[in-house]
Amino acid sequence: MTYIPISPKERDEMLKIIGVGTLDELFDAVPKKHRFPKLNLPQALSEMEALALLGELAAGNENVREHMISFLGAGAYNHYIPAVVDHILRRGEFYTAYTPYQPEISQGTLQSIFEYQSLMANLTGMEVSNASHYDGATAAAEAVSLAHAQFRGKRKKIVMSPTVNPQYRAVIRTYTQGMGLEEAGDDPTADLEAGPEFLTQFIDDNTSLVIVQYPDFFGRIYDYAKLIDAAHAKGALVCVVANPTALIMLKTPGEMGADIVVGDAQPFGIPLWYGGPYLGFFTTKKSFVHKMAGRLVGETVDARGQRAYVLTLTAREQHIKRERATSNICTNQGLLALASAVYMSVLGKSGLQEVAELCYQKAHYAAAELSKIDGFGLCFSEPFFHEFVLCCPKPAGEVNQHLLENGIIGGYDLGEDYPALKDHLLIAVTEMNSREEIDTLLEALKEVSHD
Amino acid sequence: MNAPSNLKYSKSDEWFDPSSGAVGLSDYAQSQLSDIVFVEILVDEGETVEVGKAIASVESVKASAEIFSPAAGKVISVNKGLSEKPETLNSDPYGAGWMIKVEGGTTGDVMESAAYVKYCEERTH
Amino acid sequence: MTDISVSQNVKIVEPTVYELSSVGRRGVAMPASDVPETALPEKTLLRTSLPMPELAEVDVIRHYMHLSRFNYSVDGGFYPLGSCTMKYNPKINEDTCRLPRFIYTHPLQPIETVQGNLALMYEMQEWLKEISGFAGVTLQPAAGAHGEFTGVLMMAAYHKSRGDARRTKMLIPDAAHGTNPASVGMLGMSVATIPSDARGNVDLEALETACDDTVAGMMLTNPNTLGMFDENIEKVIKLVKDCGGLMYGDGANLNALLGIVRPGDLGFDVMHFNLHKTFSVPHGGGGPGSGPVGVSQRLVDFLPSPLVTIVEEGDDEAAPLYGFFTPKQTIGRMKAFHGHFGGGLVRSYTYIAMHGAEGLKDVSQYAVLNANYLQARLRKTYKIPYDRICMHEFVAEGQFEGSDVRALDIAKRLMDYDFHPPTNYFPLIVHEALMIEPTETENKDTLDAFADALIKIAEESLLQPELLHSAPHITPFGRMDEVKAARELVLCCWLPEGYDLEK
Repeated sequence: MTYIPISPKERDEMLKIIGVGTLDELFDAVPKKHRFPKLNLPQALSEMEALALLGELAAGNENVREHMISFLGAGAYNHYIPAVVDHILRRGEFYTAYTPYQPEISQGTLQSIFEYQSLMANLTGMEVSNASHYDGATAAAEAVSLAHAQFRGKRKKIVMSPTVNPQYRAVIRTYTQGMGLEEAGDDPTADLEAGPEFLTQFIDDNTSLVIVQYPDFFGRIYDYAKLIDAAHAKGALVCVVANPTALIMLKTPGEMGADIVVGDAQPFGIPLWYGGPYLGFFTTKKSFVHKMAGRLVGETVDARGQRAYVLTLTAREQHIKRERATSNICTNQGLLALASAVYMSVLGKSGLQEVAELCYQKAHYAAAELSKIDGFGLCFSEPFFHEFVLCCPKPAGEVNQHLLENGIIGGYDLGEDYPALKDHLLIAVTEMNSREEIDTLLEALKEVSHD
Repeated sequence: MNAPSNLKYSKSDEWFDPSSGAVGLSDYAQSQLSDIVFVEILVDEGETVEVGKAIASVESVKASAEIFSPAAGKVISVNKGLSEKPETLNSDPYGAGWMIKVEGGTTGDVMESAAYVKYCEERTH
Repeated sequence: MTDISVSQNVKIVEPTVYELSSVGRRGVAMPASDVPETALPEKTLLRTSLPMPELAEVDVIRHYMHLSRFNYSVDGGFYPLGSCTMKYNPKINEDTCRLPRFIYTHPLQPIETVQGNLALMYEMQEWLKEISGFAGVTLQPAAGAHGEFTGVLMMAAYHKSRGDARRTKMLIPDAAHGTNPASVGMLGMSVATIPSDARGNVDLEALETACDDTVAGMMLTNPNTLGMFDENIEKVIKLVKDCGGLMYGDGANLNALLGIVRPGDLGFDVMHFNLHKTFSVPHGGGGPGSGPVGVSQRLVDFLPSPLVTIVEEGDDEAAPLYGFFTPKQTIGRMKAFHGHFGGGLVRSYTYIAMHGAEGLKDVSQYAVLNANYLQARLRKTYKIPYDRICMHEFVAEGQFEGSDVRALDIAKRLMDYDFHPPTNYFPLIVHEALMIEPTETENKDTLDAFADALIKIAEESLLQPELLHSAPHITPFGRMDEVKAARELVLCCWLPEGYDLEK
């Protein structure tokens, strides 16, 4: 079926006013040889049939709520989403609106983005936030572009910790391939226990940006203040890739002196959805706002003296600056920025604190119990938040296979990204994991240890 | 439209003061851009600029523009305060709105005031 | 920190979540912990305050309900934004994309546990290939501009792989979207602008002059942003290819071409799809979009990784096993994970499944019918600078002889008639442009009412121009002070001063 609300009679009247005989005549400009190809697509379905088909496809999946216990994180996290969030997202006034280019009839979107910016800036301890990016990885890549533009392309080096999410590092490499940059520090075979200050040796007068993750990819919490001071001493900027749930509890990167704080706000009210769409957040200091890519909402007044909001500093963007723009970015993740703003608002200060504490407590219970099993142990001794590295008595892939047979999705197999960590699993625990689930994991791993 | 007669003007709307070596944006250009909210000088003191080199980037509420040097020579001074007060470019384009000063400036293809005024009038129609 | 108590003359229509906050009020609570307690990390690692609002659930619902009423939307009315394809967003898509077995799958789950997702993605790749005539498709890009960047990266990688380092010039028509040159700028390539001729086609002479051995390719939107299908499209493509360039198609206007012509058949090498335009993914107030990219045979090895493929063929008894693979000369990863699966791919998959080949052709035919009908109804009143049969959109001039009314005024006045304005001031090559794209999901009554409103506004512009200059009048908000916003740069709000964070 289609959604075309024009009757054959109306169509004929319209054709007559246009002055052509048939619909096909509207396409005379299209080369005849290629006009009206026959597309080999399945027969059209009714709504009822389509729902059944999608249901069948979905049945080919097992999910981490109803079918399996999961301890996967590594950049995407299974959190509870209060019912309010989707109720608001399902309002047609929000999800069927366009980018708020006409502020007189878009204040709903504009004010909610302004509030999102405010919530994010408060969470990260920074002065400003943009209206969002595609995801955490692309937000990190945009941080590189900001630093590159800030030094007008004169500083040609970025320093990246090997404990930044490997996918984020991959995206940064893709984005920067035309920029002629030198990348240092990004060596997965480096000593992974060296602590953040080991990056200092790579930072020099040619460095535009230093990128670290907080907590790092292995879940470890470091205070980056010293590293940031060292970077600033060389004139370089520092970008911290942060997990928003961890920021509820931990010292903010802003307090440590970070120049840019980015990350993925998927944990804040956005479902796992097999990897997307997610929500890249980007916060920084006010002095960098002109170099920041992406949309930005600012407060103003309308002609009637009412407080209102508009997209501002738009002359930075591609549609005006064209090839001189810092980024080609056009959309933000508007609806998902709304989701995360609703999530933060409806949990509020106390609910958010409860989420963070539950994640912390359950992860620590799991870590303590798992490390007691023969042959297993915690790989690192640093404080962690809700993710930790478990070293196993055999290759992580084999351990995961055993767990899968028991209805458990184990952790992320670190061997693919870090050659030295072949027998290591990155385990994530959130408020969604009950003690019973953790104990089930425990029992299953004991079997591995006895094999 | 104001175009002081002691200055020279480029086709891309920059002015050059042969006596001081100062370079800036013309009154006509600032009024076309309207409310300027951001300016960034793209060259440093001591650098050498060619005629036509981009020396500044300007953004208004609705438009953006690059400013090209109408003169060649060594940059002896940069108006550092301008980025704090970009609206100066609107209010005082030939005074406090100067951008850089160039030493030993040889100019490119520039016009006298009268010719420039005529050139601007042609474009408004 | 910014003082939230705005000057007393300013009226607050809806307070912010921070202004609504009250110490000790609470919304959704979490369950109690079921594990033994562990001490928190040492204090120096913890934050000292959490400046988050404190609200009850009902406060939150009311707040966002109030805000929602200030928005114009496709569900609420006609949204003829040129180049944006604001078609109706079918409600079934909202249900399918939220099926629990889609929504609660983790992107790093073992492939054996997500065969449904992978089958959907594989089929989506195949469908998009069939619709566009390309040899390969990546679903990874997050939006149109992201897809464009992906495409330009592949073009650069292709030339580089052949040792053709001189090709750094991209040809872009003057009517192009700003994202085209911006994508090129991100790679440090240069842009050569190609003018349009009097019929709205690419100026062939100018193109021929620009074609040399430094051309990386051309980025062409066809139909272009004037809504015109280029009458010399085959010549344009031949000129670019003969000088060794690649042809990029901006898929923003694909809604005119479904079942009409396949860009791959015309000779394009790359094109991004905007699933949020052509394939009914809602725009979400500015995103998320979804921007898959199709490529011709010579670029398939450069596609971003990973792609979805069949890793073990099926037979009569067993379904095939779907999994991932990395193309040989891949440009790398464009984003984390696999693309906008839930919000983009599931909705679009549902849409294509319900349309089939004939239905998709209807979509484009009726989109073009509606645009031509509006053009015909407005021709006598508004100047149409490139006046011939248009595709899914057309551009009119928003100015009249003897009136100082501008396109912006007309746009704002349309709001008083309860229509969303068309795109204005784009494309740049038309003075006071009003770019109108009705889409196929509007009925004749709506189109007539819109045309009547525009004709009425044209009368008003001569008789009561002040009414237009000060429009809109009956919307909840009036025109904005954009200079104040840009000069003062208030970009965040904070908890009111004196708010007790320790409680």
